[in-house]
Amino acid sequence: MPDSVIGQPLDRVDGKAKVTGAARYAGDTQATGRLAFGVIVTSTIGQGTISGTDTAAAKRAPGVLMVMTHENAPRQAAFKHAGEDRHARPKPQLTERVVHHHGEPVALVVAETFEQANAAARMVKVSCKAEPGLYDFNDAKRLARTPREIEESKAHSKVGDFDKGFAQGAVKIDATYSTPYQNHNPMEPPASVAEWSGEKLTIHSAVQLVHSAHQSIADTLKIPPRNVEVVSEYIGGGFGGKLPVYADAILAALAARELKRPVKVVMTRQQMFEMAAHRAATLQRVRLAADGEGKLTAIAHEVWSQSARMDEYTESAASSTRAIYAAPNRLTRHLIVPLDLPVADSMRAPGDAVGQLAVEQAMDELADKLNLDPLELRLRNEPAEDPEKNIPFSTRSLVACLKDGAERFGWSHRARTPGTMKDGQWLVGMGMATAIRPNFRRPASARVHMDERRHLTVEMDMTDVGTGSYTIFAQVAAELLEVPVEDVTVQLGHSGYPKTPGSGGSFGAASCTSALREACIALKAKLDAGQGPGNLSAEGKSEPGDEYKKFSQYSYGANFAEVAVDATTGEVRLRRMLGVFDAGRILNAKTARSQLIGGMIWGVSSALHEAGIVDPRFGSFVNNDLAGYHVPVHADIPASLDAVMLAGFDDKSSPLGSKGVGELGICGAGAAIANAVFNACGVRVRDYPITPDKILNGFLRPNLAQQR
Amino acid sequence: MKAFTYERPADTAAAVRAVARPGAKFLGGGTNLLDLMKVEVETPTHLVDVTRLPLSDIDDAPNGGLRIGATVTNSELSNDKRVRERFPMLSLALLNGASGQLRNQATTAGNLLQRTRCYYFYDPSKPCNKRVPGSGCSALNGYNRIHAVLGGSEACIAVHPSDMAVAMAALDAEVEVQSISGTRLLKIADLHRLPGTSPQQETNLAAGELITAVVLPTPPGGGQVYRKVRDRASYAFALVSVAALVEVKDDHITAARIALGGVAPKPWRALDAERLLVGQAVNDDAFAAAGEAAVAGAQGHGHNDFKIVLAARTVARALADAAAQRKG
Repeated sequence: MPDSVIGQPLDRVDGKAKVTGAARYAGDTQATGRLAFGVIVTSTIGQGTISGTDTAAAKRAPGVLMVMTHENAPRQAAFKHAGEDRHARPKPQLTERVVHHHGEPVALVVAETFEQANAAARMVKVSCKAEPGLYDFNDAKRLARTPREIEESKAHSKVGDFDKGFAQGAVKIDATYSTPYQNHNPMEPPASVAEWSGEKLTIHSAVQLVHSAHQSIADTLKIPPRNVEVVSEYIGGGFGGKLPVYADAILAALAARELKRPVKVVMTRQQMFEMAAHRAATLQRVRLAADGEGKLTAIAHEVWSQSARMDEYTESAASSTRAIYAAPNRLTRHLIVPLDLPVADSMRAPGDAVGQLAVEQAMDELADKLNLDPLELRLRNEPAEDPEKNIPFSTRSLVACLKDGAERFGWSHRARTPGTMKDGQWLVGMGMATAIRPNFRRPASARVHMDERRHLTVEMDMTDVGTGSYTIFAQVAAELLEVPVEDVTVQLGHSGYPKTPGSGGSFGAASCTSALREACIALKAKLDAGQGPGNLSAEGKSEPGDEYKKFSQYSYGANFAEVAVDATTGEVRLRRMLGVFDAGRILNAKTARSQLIGGMIWGVSSALHEAGIVDPRFGSFVNNDLAGYHVPVHADIPASLDAVMLAGFDDKSSPLGSKGVGELGICGAGAAIANAVFNACGVRVRDYPITPDKILNGFLRPNLAQQR
Repeated sequence: MKAFTYERPADTAAAVRAVARPGAKFLGGGTNLLDLMKVEVETPTHLVDVTRLPLSDIDDAPNGGLRIGATVTNSELSNDKRVRERFPMLSLALLNGASGQLRNQATTAGNLLQRTRCYYFYDPSKPCNKRVPGSGCSALNGYNRIHAVLGGSEACIAVHPSDMAVAMAALDAEVEVQSISGTRLLKIADLHRLPGTSPQQETNLAAGELITAVVLPTPPGGGQVYRKVRDRASYAFALVSVAALVEVKDDHITAARIALGGVAPKPWRALDAERLLVGQAVNDDAFAAAGEAAVAGAQGHGHNDFKIVLAARTVARALADAAAQRKG
């Protein structure tokens, strides 16, 4: 389709609004009434009971309008542990004396100005009876149990006889990897502005899932959903961190109702580390066995991941291992480690981002032991069908990604022997890794309106978290209804618009464009029947059929990295990186590439920089700001970092042929770097992130370098 | 943040008078103080903004030295041609610090007086002897990967975070100070204190004293290096940093200077290691021995054990690089 508008690398249709400041984010909302400001007070213990609160000084402080604690918080619905949609559950605030984790909200102070609220918030004294809690992930294996809130078939899988297959292998790897906590730190913190008009609440909140948030907020406040409007037009980064509804939204809504005026509540950066979700720390044991030719005879991936004791979440790090390579004997297992820490939840490519840090480094270790090119090892284990479900893949271009990437990157120049390529003080090496990410689609609906000038307006309760949703919807509607893209206005992020699954799991584009396509077809039928243009509307709905049962659906990629390791200090610097990806049909080559390179850079972060550190004495995250919590800066990312998208079309995924792309970039990216580090200097670090101290340890103790 | 009052005095005499008020503090570029005020680790009731005092010049001093005004920004100082030519390690140290935006804002005196980035110091809900004397040190048995291996005490193992001050220590800088009773000069080595039993006392400045300038003496001969080891390529505090100078004649070392950052509560001058080098032939063994001497007596606290060997290796490497610059 050479003339297709879909796929063109168009600039973001919302780009100008964003760079000029015209785009209003939740915290920018100008309420109709006089805005009051709420500041949240948080628990300084990790576990215990509130024994008393002293709010007298705060109440007397200048400008203070209200101090809310568990003693006077309005009644709310009870928290529900299980739920079909974990993000639509009630999220009551300040309703209990029990403290579940460090940094949990214990009070809200509302004042005329932010500064007044902030000053008074520090005057609130909350006395607690601290109790011992479980905070230390080092105790993972002792504390582990089977997840209760996911089906056993999702937690564990078995094919063939792993023990037998492992015993039969000529070459084996049995290695344990660990990945740290990662804390959600999008540029925009969770923020909400709530305003009531009689019984009706309008809340501007930074949420990825408008429909789930709508239900959660209405249910928490025990009011009918029709009395709530959730607005989330622009979001300054989501990455899974804005899937849940947090205290900012609920407390803003409660305070605004009590005070009968609009209230804004924004989490501080420090609060985000404990009040917003994080990615669970994991421990992962990977066992691989291969025959002398490098064909896998057995693969096992066992995962221990932290979960909040108060709210279970399983980091599904081994789930894609079920489809990544062929092997007759297979085993995957997920156990959770309940700790009294803040709630773990989804972060960009949940499961896969950390799972492939382990599996793809293990494959590199196996290749090294086999004395086989690690890329060749992947090629020799390419499955003809889904190796656990025994159903065909919808499409699978992993081999093409691997070969194309190797060619473009110059993989053949990689030194076979680690530590042999030098550039002055630098030890230089190359590494690669596979990327795999399940493809999801959810039910969605959309509305299209055409006016007499043939201008289209698209409406969905979908969000654009910075991914490019506004732009691809404009492209799809423009193409299907044969109007210029400039004649399409896309309106998103209002709970009154047709229901969609929102932004999450990379399912947004395929789900929503399928619904939008139906709406456009319906509108076109009306046009063809002689109606309009002008005052013409059509709605469309779409949901996935049984293609998910008949076909195994994943997006794929291959990551290649070249790093330099300082021979004196163990510092690692990325020199260049390339990812080649297959995500079906690309809807916008520019925004998709941005998603992919963003994911790859997060992979760099996971490999080399990022870790949330828990102090097991307090149950607190200690490095809770962006000076202490490291992500790559510009100087860490070379100009030579690129993503290439192979042409594709997956009709089993969606009628437009696209698959999820947002989360694919991070998958395997960090492992490619870890493998490049090994190739550069011969040090194998299995405990992410790979910081200079760990490399140095490998330099000093070469015999131990192969151990954790 | 607590409410505070603010004034901008016209001259240094007015500034030192203004700060005599109880609860008053000088405000420089604000890149650290304002952060600390937001989390209420610092709670001044009155700010005396010194950034517009007439202290923004870099003047020539006798014999090639420089007198750097207290309000000269880190950017200006790093880019000054005289600094780059005569004191390259200082320019490099500055450029290795913070980010472009912060360097545009941060001042020379403010950089010297910035406070530690210890996580527990920043969290008022946790014990910290520096913040609340007698409450205990959370870092000693806590997460101490970024903490001191030299010069710490049972009361505090926080490190001084400056890069600039490390180079100034190696360059034997002096600090010019003004108070109501007059002016005085103190050696930079005497500006910061070790924590001992009173980590809340970070400097030997008396209450109300204002740093007006830093004086760099005659530029030393030899090659200069500033090497900062960090977890990412920019915008990170040093795990270990080394300011090194080596002067070589006839393949022998005639002078050496070594100062370390990221390892101690103050810029750490390694005088024993320097003495060890003088008279030695230029070779890697001599530099390695100096590296070991520089960390003599160092003590790790668990997460930061690696700093000892990292510092020794980095000193050796920096010395070799400095020697290579002006060999012969």
